[in-house]
Amino acid sequence: METSEQLLEFESKIAEGAKIEPKDWMPDRYRSQLIRMMSQHAHSEIVGMLPEGNWITRAPNLRRKMTLLAKVQDEAGHGLYIYSATETLGIERSELIDQLLEGKAKYSSIFNYPTLSWADIGVIGWLVDGAAIVNQTMLAKASYGPYSRAMIRICKEENFHKKQGFEIVTTLAAGTPEQKAMVQDAVNRWWWPSLMMFGPHDAESTNSSELMQWGVKRKSNDSLRQHFVNITVPQARAVDLTIPDPELEYNEETGDWKFGEIDWNEFYQVIKGNGPCNRERIAARRSAHDNGAWVREAARAYADKQLTRQTTS
Amino acid sequence: MSTESESPVWEVFLQPKSGKPHEHVGSVHAVDAEQALQNARDVYTRRGEGISIWVVQANNITASSPDDAGPLFDPGDDKIYRHPSFYTVPRGVRNV
Repeated sequence: METSEQLLEFESKIAEGAKIEPKDWMPDRYRSQLIRMMSQHAHSEIVGMLPEGNWITRAPNLRRKMTLLAKVQDEAGHGLYIYSATETLGIERSELIDQLLEGKAKYSSIFNYPTLSWADIGVIGWLVDGAAIVNQTMLAKASYGPYSRAMIRICKEENFHKKQGFEIVTTLAAGTPEQKAMVQDAVNRWWWPSLMMFGPHDAESTNSSELMQWGVKRKSNDSLRQHFVNITVPQARAVDLTIPDPELEYNEETGDWKFGEIDWNEFYQVIKGNGPCNRERIAARRSAHDNGAWVREAARAYADKQLTRQTTS
Repeated sequence: MSTESESPVWEVFLQPKSGKPHEHVGSVHAVDAEQALQNARDVYTRRGEGISIWVVQANNITASSPDDAGPLFDPGDDKIYRHPSFYTVPRGVRNV
Protein backbone atom coordinates (compact mmCIF):
# COMPACT_ATOMS: atom_id res chain seq x y z
CA MET A 1 0.00 0.00 0.00
CA GLU A 2 1.22 3.44 -0.83
CA THR A 3 1.30 5.82 2.06
CA SER A 4 1.78 9.54 1.75
CA GLU A 5 4.87 9.24 3.92
CA GLN A 6 6.50 6.80 1.51
CA LEU A 7 5.56 8.99 -1.43
CA LEU A 8 7.04 12.07 0.22
CA GLU A 9 10.29 10.27 0.93
CA PHE A 10 10.41 8.97 -2.64
CA GLU A 11 9.79 12.43 -4.08
CA SER A 12 12.38 14.07 -1.88
CA LYS A 13 14.96 11.49 -2.98
CA ILE A 14 14.23 12.35 -6.60
CA ALA A 15 14.44 16.07 -5.82
CA GLU A 16 17.87 15.55 -4.23
CA GLY A 17 19.04 13.72 -7.33
CA ALA A 18 19.47 10.43 -5.44
CA LYS A 19 18.94 7.25 -7.45
CA ILE A 20 16.05 4.86 -6.85
CA GLU A 21 17.31 1.28 -6.55
CA PRO A 22 15.38 -1.97 -7.22
CA LYS A 23 14.51 -2.77 -3.61
CA ASP A 24 13.57 0.80 -2.68
CA TRP A 25 9.93 1.67 -2.29
CA MET A 26 8.49 3.26 -5.43
CA PRO A 27 4.97 4.20 -6.56
CA ASP A 28 3.31 1.48 -8.66
CA ARG A 29 2.94 3.97 -11.45
CA TYR A 30 6.70 4.74 -11.46
CA ARG A 31 7.37 1.02 -11.73
CA SER A 32 4.87 0.42 -14.53
CA GLN A 33 5.97 3.49 -16.48
CA LEU A 34 9.61 2.38 -16.24
CA ILE A 35 8.76 -1.16 -17.36
CA ARG A 36 6.88 0.26 -20.35
CA MET A 37 9.58 2.74 -21.30
CA MET A 38 12.60 0.50 -20.67
CA SER A 39 11.15 -2.54 -22.43
CA GLN A 40 10.26 -0.39 -25.45
CA HIS A 41 13.85 0.81 -25.42
CA ALA A 42 15.21 -2.76 -25.20
CA HIS A 43 12.92 -3.92 -28.01
CA SER A 44 14.14 -1.01 -30.15
CA GLU A 45 17.75 -2.15 -29.76
CA ILE A 46 16.81 -5.69 -30.78
CA VAL A 47 14.55 -4.76 -33.71
CA GLY A 48 17.14 -2.15 -34.68
CA MET A 49 19.51 -4.94 -35.66
CA LEU A 50 17.25 -5.90 -38.56
CA PRO A 51 17.50 -2.93 -40.96
CA GLU A 52 21.29 -2.92 -40.62
CA GLY A 53 21.67 -6.69 -40.64
CA ASN A 54 20.13 -6.46 -44.11
CA TRP A 55 23.44 -5.05 -45.44
CA ILE A 56 26.06 -7.16 -43.63
CA THR A 57 26.44 -9.60 -46.50
CA ARG A 58 26.56 -6.77 -49.03
CA ALA A 59 28.97 -4.38 -47.32
CA PRO A 60 31.31 -2.92 -49.95
CA ASN A 61 34.54 -4.13 -48.35
CA LEU A 62 35.92 -6.09 -45.42
CA ARG A 63 36.50 -3.03 -43.22
CA ARG A 64 32.90 -1.91 -43.62
CA LYS A 65 31.67 -5.45 -43.03
CA MET A 66 33.68 -5.88 -39.81
CA THR A 67 32.51 -2.56 -38.39
CA LEU A 68 28.87 -3.15 -39.32
CA LEU A 69 28.99 -6.59 -37.70
CA ALA A 70 30.48 -5.10 -34.55
CA LYS A 71 27.83 -2.39 -34.48
CA VAL A 72 24.94 -4.83 -34.89
CA GLN A 73 26.47 -7.02 -32.18
CA ASP A 74 26.57 -3.96 -29.91
CA GLU A 75 22.85 -3.39 -30.49
CA ALA A 76 22.18 -6.94 -29.29
CA GLY A 77 24.28 -6.21 -26.20
CA HIS A 78 22.41 -2.94 -25.60
CA GLY A 79 19.10 -4.77 -25.78
CA LEU A 80 20.35 -7.26 -23.20
CA TYR A 81 21.64 -4.53 -20.85
CA ILE A 82 18.22 -2.89 -20.85
CA TYR A 83 16.24 -6.14 -20.52
CA SER A 84 18.48 -6.96 -17.55
CA ALA A 85 17.79 -3.54 -16.00
CA THR A 86 14.04 -3.93 -16.65
CA GLU A 87 13.98 -7.30 -14.89
CA THR A 88 15.10 -5.57 -11.68
CA LEU A 89 11.59 -4.07 -11.59
CA GLY A 90 10.10 -7.51 -11.08
CA ILE A 91 9.16 -8.65 -14.57
CA GLU A 92 10.69 -11.53 -16.50
CA ARG A 93 12.48 -11.00 -19.76
CA SER A 94 10.50 -13.83 -21.39
CA GLU A 95 7.28 -11.94 -20.68
CA LEU A 96 8.67 -8.80 -22.31
CA ILE A 97 9.85 -10.74 -25.34
CA ASP A 98 6.43 -12.39 -25.64
CA GLN A 99 4.85 -8.92 -25.67
CA LEU A 100 7.13 -7.97 -28.56
CA LEU A 101 6.51 -11.16 -30.53
CA GLU A 102 2.75 -10.92 -30.02
CA GLY A 103 2.82 -7.38 -31.42
CA LYS A 104 1.62 -5.86 -28.12
CA ALA A 105 4.81 -3.92 -27.37
CA LYS A 106 6.01 -0.79 -29.07
CA TYR A 107 9.52 -0.07 -30.27
CA SER A 108 11.06 2.95 -31.95
CA SER A 109 9.12 3.60 -35.17
CA ILE A 110 12.33 4.42 -37.05
CA PHE A 111 13.09 0.71 -37.44
CA ASN A 112 9.96 0.21 -39.51
CA TYR A 113 11.59 1.93 -42.46
CA PRO A 114 13.52 -0.10 -45.06
CA THR A 115 17.25 0.12 -45.80
CA LEU A 116 17.19 0.48 -49.58
CA SER A 117 20.84 1.25 -50.36
CA TRP A 118 24.27 0.96 -48.76
CA ALA A 119 24.15 4.70 -48.07
CA ASP A 120 21.31 4.01 -45.62
CA ILE A 121 23.79 2.26 -43.35
CA GLY A 122 25.91 5.39 -43.20
CA VAL A 123 22.92 7.66 -42.67
CA ILE A 124 21.46 5.41 -39.95
CA GLY A 125 24.73 5.56 -38.02
CA TRP A 126 24.90 9.32 -38.43
CA LEU A 127 21.26 10.37 -37.94
CA VAL A 128 19.51 7.51 -36.15
CA ASP A 129 22.34 6.71 -33.75
CA GLY A 130 23.02 10.43 -33.49
CA ALA A 131 19.44 11.03 -32.35
CA ALA A 132 19.60 8.02 -30.03
CA ILE A 133 22.77 9.42 -28.41
CA VAL A 134 21.04 12.73 -27.68
CA ASN A 135 18.20 10.85 -25.99
CA GLN A 136 20.39 8.35 -24.16
CA THR A 137 22.80 10.98 -22.86
CA MET A 138 19.81 12.48 -21.09
CA LEU A 139 18.64 9.06 -19.86
CA ALA A 140 22.08 8.37 -18.37
CA LYS A 141 20.91 10.78 -15.63
CA ALA A 142 17.59 8.97 -15.13
CA SER A 143 16.42 8.57 -11.53
CA TYR A 144 16.25 4.77 -11.70
CA GLY A 145 19.74 3.41 -10.91
CA PRO A 146 19.82 0.30 -13.13
CA TYR A 147 18.46 2.24 -16.14
CA SER A 148 20.94 5.04 -15.65
CA ARG A 149 23.86 2.60 -15.36
CA ALA A 150 22.79 0.73 -18.52
CA MET A 151 22.59 4.06 -20.36
CA ILE A 152 26.07 5.11 -19.27
CA ARG A 153 27.43 1.83 -20.61
CA ILE A 154 25.51 2.28 -23.87
CA CYS A 155 26.55 5.91 -24.40
CA LYS A 156 30.21 4.91 -24.17
CA GLU A 157 29.67 2.49 -27.05
CA GLU A 158 27.34 4.54 -29.25
CA ASN A 159 29.92 7.11 -30.28
CA PHE A 160 31.64 4.51 -32.43
CA HIS A 161 28.29 3.85 -34.13
CA LYS A 162 27.79 7.45 -35.07
CA LYS A 163 31.37 7.90 -36.27
CA GLN A 164 31.36 4.78 -38.42
CA GLY A 165 28.12 6.04 -39.99
CA PHE A 166 29.47 9.50 -40.63
CA GLU A 167 32.61 8.03 -42.18
CA ILE A 168 30.46 6.14 -44.70
CA VAL A 169 28.45 9.32 -45.38
CA THR A 170 31.63 11.38 -45.85
CA THR A 171 33.13 8.84 -48.23
CA LEU A 172 30.01 8.63 -50.39
CA ALA A 173 29.44 12.39 -50.35
CA ALA A 174 32.97 12.90 -51.72
CA GLY A 175 32.61 10.06 -54.21
CA THR A 176 31.24 9.78 -57.75
CA PRO A 177 28.09 11.72 -58.71
CA GLU A 178 26.13 8.45 -58.35
CA GLN A 179 27.48 7.90 -54.83
CA LYS A 180 26.73 11.48 -53.88
CA ALA A 181 23.17 11.11 -55.21
CA MET A 182 22.75 7.84 -53.33
CA VAL A 183 23.73 9.34 -49.98
CA GLN A 184 21.59 12.44 -50.58
CA ASP A 185 18.64 10.16 -51.31
CA ALA A 186 19.27 8.34 -48.03
CA VAL A 187 19.36 11.63 -46.12
CA ASN A 188 16.10 12.65 -47.80
CA ARG A 189 14.41 9.47 -46.64
CA TRP A 190 15.85 9.29 -43.08
CA TRP A 191 15.82 12.92 -42.00
CA TRP A 192 12.15 13.25 -41.02
CA PRO A 193 11.82 9.80 -39.42
CA SER A 194 14.95 10.67 -37.36
CA LEU A 195 13.25 13.82 -36.06
CA MET A 196 10.19 11.70 -35.19
CA MET A 197 12.39 9.56 -32.92
CA PHE A 198 12.07 12.20 -30.21
CA GLY A 199 8.33 11.58 -30.01
CA PRO A 200 5.30 13.88 -30.19
CA HIS A 201 5.38 17.59 -29.37
CA ASP A 202 5.59 18.26 -25.63
CA ALA A 203 1.95 19.34 -25.57
CA GLU A 204 0.83 16.03 -27.09
CA SER A 205 3.19 13.73 -25.23
CA THR A 206 1.02 11.87 -22.71
CA ASN A 207 3.84 10.31 -20.69
CA SER A 208 6.41 13.09 -20.76
CA SER A 209 5.33 15.28 -17.86
CA GLU A 210 5.03 12.34 -15.48
CA LEU A 211 8.41 10.96 -16.54
CA MET A 212 9.99 14.38 -16.09
CA GLN A 213 8.38 14.89 -12.71
CA TRP A 214 9.99 11.63 -11.59
CA GLY A 215 13.37 12.46 -13.06
CA VAL A 216 13.29 9.60 -15.57
CA LYS A 217 13.47 12.12 -18.38
CA ARG A 218 15.33 15.35 -17.78
CA LYS A 219 14.53 17.20 -20.99
CA SER A 220 11.41 17.46 -23.11
CA ASN A 221 10.94 15.87 -26.54
CA ASP A 222 10.98 19.23 -28.32
CA SER A 223 14.12 20.51 -26.63
CA LEU A 224 16.00 17.27 -27.39
CA ARG A 225 14.83 17.44 -31.01
CA GLN A 226 15.99 21.05 -31.30
CA HIS A 227 19.40 20.14 -29.89
CA PHE A 228 19.72 17.31 -32.42
CA VAL A 229 18.87 19.62 -35.34
CA ASN A 230 21.34 22.22 -34.06
CA ILE A 231 24.26 19.78 -33.94
CA THR A 232 23.35 17.96 -37.18
CA VAL A 233 22.86 20.82 -39.64
CA PRO A 234 26.53 21.93 -39.53
CA GLN A 235 27.58 18.28 -40.00
CA ALA A 236 25.45 18.04 -43.16
CA ARG A 237 26.96 21.26 -44.47
CA ALA A 238 30.48 20.04 -43.77
CA VAL A 239 29.98 17.18 -46.22
CA ASP A 240 27.89 19.26 -48.62
CA LEU A 241 24.60 17.39 -48.15
CA THR A 242 21.22 19.08 -48.13
CA ILE A 243 18.70 18.66 -45.31
CA PRO A 244 15.33 18.09 -47.02
CA ASP A 245 13.55 20.94 -45.28
CA PRO A 246 12.91 24.20 -47.19
CA GLU A 247 11.95 25.93 -43.92
CA LEU A 248 15.30 25.28 -42.27
CA GLU A 249 16.65 28.64 -41.14
CA TYR A 250 19.17 29.83 -38.58
CA ASN A 251 17.86 32.10 -35.86
CA GLU A 252 20.62 34.49 -34.81
CA GLU A 253 18.86 35.43 -31.60
CA THR A 254 18.26 31.99 -30.15
CA GLY A 255 21.13 30.22 -31.90
CA ASP A 256 18.63 27.54 -32.95
CA TRP A 257 17.94 26.12 -36.39
CA LYS A 258 14.23 26.61 -37.04
CA PHE A 259 12.78 23.64 -38.89
CA GLY A 260 9.53 22.73 -40.65
CA GLU A 261 6.62 20.75 -39.21
CA ILE A 262 6.88 16.99 -38.96
CA ASP A 263 4.28 14.88 -40.78
CA TRP A 264 2.56 13.65 -37.63
CA ASN A 265 0.06 11.63 -39.61
CA GLU A 266 2.93 9.49 -40.89
CA PHE A 267 4.33 9.22 -37.35
CA TYR A 268 1.07 7.88 -35.90
CA GLN A 269 0.47 5.58 -38.86
CA VAL A 270 3.87 3.92 -38.35
CA ILE A 271 3.27 3.63 -34.59
CA LYS A 272 -0.09 1.99 -35.27
CA GLY A 273 1.65 -0.70 -37.28
CA ASN A 274 1.16 0.67 -40.77
CA GLY A 275 4.75 1.62 -41.54
CA PRO A 276 6.60 0.12 -44.51
CA CYS A 277 8.19 -2.74 -42.52
CA ASN A 278 6.20 -3.27 -39.29
CA ARG A 279 4.95 -6.74 -40.22
CA GLU A 280 8.26 -7.82 -41.68
CA ARG A 281 10.15 -6.83 -38.52
CA ILE A 282 7.91 -8.80 -36.17
CA ALA A 283 7.89 -11.77 -38.54
CA ALA A 284 11.71 -11.72 -38.55
CA ARG A 285 11.85 -11.61 -34.73
CA ARG A 286 9.35 -14.46 -34.43
CA SER A 287 11.24 -16.61 -36.86
CA ALA A 288 14.55 -15.92 -35.04
CA HIS A 289 12.90 -16.83 -31.74
CA ASP A 290 11.34 -20.01 -33.09
CA ASN A 291 14.47 -21.09 -34.93
CA GLY A 292 16.49 -20.64 -31.76
CA ALA A 293 14.17 -22.79 -29.65
CA TRP A 294 16.13 -26.00 -30.25
CA VAL A 295 19.36 -24.31 -29.14
CA ARG A 296 17.81 -23.20 -25.85
CA GLU A 297 16.29 -26.64 -25.39
CA ALA A 298 19.62 -28.38 -26.05
CA ALA A 299 21.44 -26.08 -23.61
CA ARG A 300 18.88 -26.85 -20.91
CA ALA A 301 19.06 -30.60 -21.55
CA TYR A 302 22.85 -30.46 -21.31
CA ALA A 303 22.73 -28.49 -18.06
CA ASP A 304 20.22 -30.94 -16.58
CA LYS A 305 22.41 -33.89 -17.55
CA GLN A 306 25.50 -32.29 -15.98
CA LEU A 307 23.53 -31.67 -12.80
CA THR A 308 22.33 -35.29 -12.62
CA ARG A 309 25.89 -36.55 -13.12
CA GLN A 310 27.17 -34.32 -10.35
CA THR A 311 24.53 -35.43 -7.88
CA THR A 312 24.78 -39.16 -8.67
CA SER A 313 28.59 -39.46 -8.76
CA MET B 1 2.91 -17.55 -26.55
CA SER B 2 6.06 -19.33 -25.41
CA THR B 3 5.58 -22.13 -22.94
CA GLU B 4 9.30 -22.76 -22.47
CA SER B 5 10.67 -21.72 -19.11
CA GLU B 6 13.23 -18.93 -18.98
CA SER B 7 16.70 -19.91 -17.81
CA PRO B 8 17.80 -18.50 -14.42
CA VAL B 9 19.26 -15.03 -13.88
CA TRP B 10 22.95 -14.75 -12.98
CA GLU B 11 24.39 -11.54 -11.61
CA VAL B 12 27.65 -10.51 -13.25
CA PHE B 13 30.64 -8.96 -11.49
CA LEU B 14 33.59 -7.67 -13.47
CA GLN B 15 37.12 -6.84 -12.39
CA PRO B 16 38.17 -3.98 -14.69
CA LYS B 17 41.90 -4.38 -14.12
CA SER B 18 44.44 -5.92 -11.81
CA GLY B 19 44.29 -4.48 -8.32
CA LYS B 20 40.66 -3.32 -8.66
CA PRO B 21 37.74 -5.05 -6.96
CA HIS B 22 35.03 -6.93 -8.88
CA GLU B 23 32.06 -4.68 -9.50
CA HIS B 24 28.46 -5.51 -10.35
CA VAL B 25 27.68 -4.72 -14.00
CA GLY B 26 24.32 -6.37 -14.70
CA SER B 27 22.90 -9.81 -15.26
CA VAL B 28 22.51 -12.54 -17.86
CA HIS B 29 20.24 -15.52 -18.33
CA ALA B 30 21.96 -18.91 -18.55
CA VAL B 31 21.22 -22.58 -17.94
CA ASP B 32 24.43 -23.19 -15.98
CA ALA B 33 27.53 -21.45 -14.64
CA GLU B 34 29.60 -22.17 -17.73
CA GLN B 35 27.03 -20.62 -20.07
CA ALA B 36 26.58 -17.70 -17.65
CA LEU B 37 30.32 -16.97 -17.90
CA GLN B 38 30.24 -17.15 -21.69
CA ASN B 39 27.18 -14.93 -21.94
CA ALA B 40 28.67 -12.43 -19.49
CA ARG B 41 31.86 -12.35 -21.56
CA ASP B 42 29.87 -11.65 -24.76
CA VAL B 43 27.50 -9.10 -23.25
CA TYR B 44 29.74 -7.15 -20.86
CA THR B 45 33.29 -7.35 -22.22
CA ARG B 46 33.34 -6.55 -25.93
CA ARG B 47 36.02 -3.87 -25.49
CA GLY B 48 38.41 -5.15 -22.89
CA GLU B 49 36.29 -3.90 -19.97
CA GLY B 50 37.56 -6.62 -17.67
CA ILE B 51 40.17 -9.23 -16.86
CA SER B 52 38.05 -11.44 -14.60
CA ILE B 53 34.34 -12.27 -14.32
CA TRP B 54 32.31 -13.63 -11.41
CA VAL B 55 28.81 -14.95 -12.01
CA VAL B 56 26.46 -15.94 -9.24
CA GLN B 57 22.92 -17.20 -9.58
CA ALA B 58 20.69 -14.34 -8.45
CA ASN B 59 18.61 -16.43 -6.05
CA ASN B 60 21.78 -17.31 -4.11
CA ILE B 61 22.31 -13.69 -3.13
CA THR B 62 20.96 -12.51 0.20
CA ALA B 63 20.57 -8.76 0.31
CA SER B 64 19.67 -6.37 3.09
CA SER B 65 16.42 -4.51 2.71
CA PRO B 66 16.37 -0.72 2.30
CA ASP B 67 13.64 -0.61 4.99
CA ASP B 68 16.09 -2.08 7.50
CA ALA B 69 18.85 0.37 6.62
CA GLY B 70 18.16 2.41 9.77
CA PRO B 71 18.54 -0.25 12.48
CA LEU B 72 21.13 -2.12 10.42
CA PHE B 73 23.59 0.72 10.06
CA ASP B 74 22.70 2.81 13.11
CA PRO B 75 25.22 1.10 15.40
CA GLY B 76 28.03 2.51 13.27
CA ASP B 77 26.67 6.06 13.35
CA ASP B 78 27.10 6.94 17.02
CA LYS B 79 30.68 5.79 17.44
CA ILE B 80 32.53 8.86 16.41
CA TYR B 81 35.57 7.60 18.36
CA ARG B 82 36.13 5.24 15.42
CA HIS B 83 37.29 8.23 13.41
CA PRO B 84 40.70 9.89 13.84
CA SER B 85 39.05 13.33 14.07
CA PHE B 86 37.71 12.33 17.52
CA TYR B 87 41.18 12.58 19.08
CA THR B 88 43.23 15.62 20.02
CA VAL B 89 46.95 15.78 19.49
CA PRO B 90 49.28 18.45 20.99
CA ARG B 91 50.03 21.36 18.69
CA GLY B 92 53.12 21.02 16.58
CA VAL B 93 53.22 17.23 16.77
CA ARG B 94 53.06 15.90 13.23
CA ASN B 95 52.52 12.60 11.45
CA VAL B 96 50.57 11.02 14.32
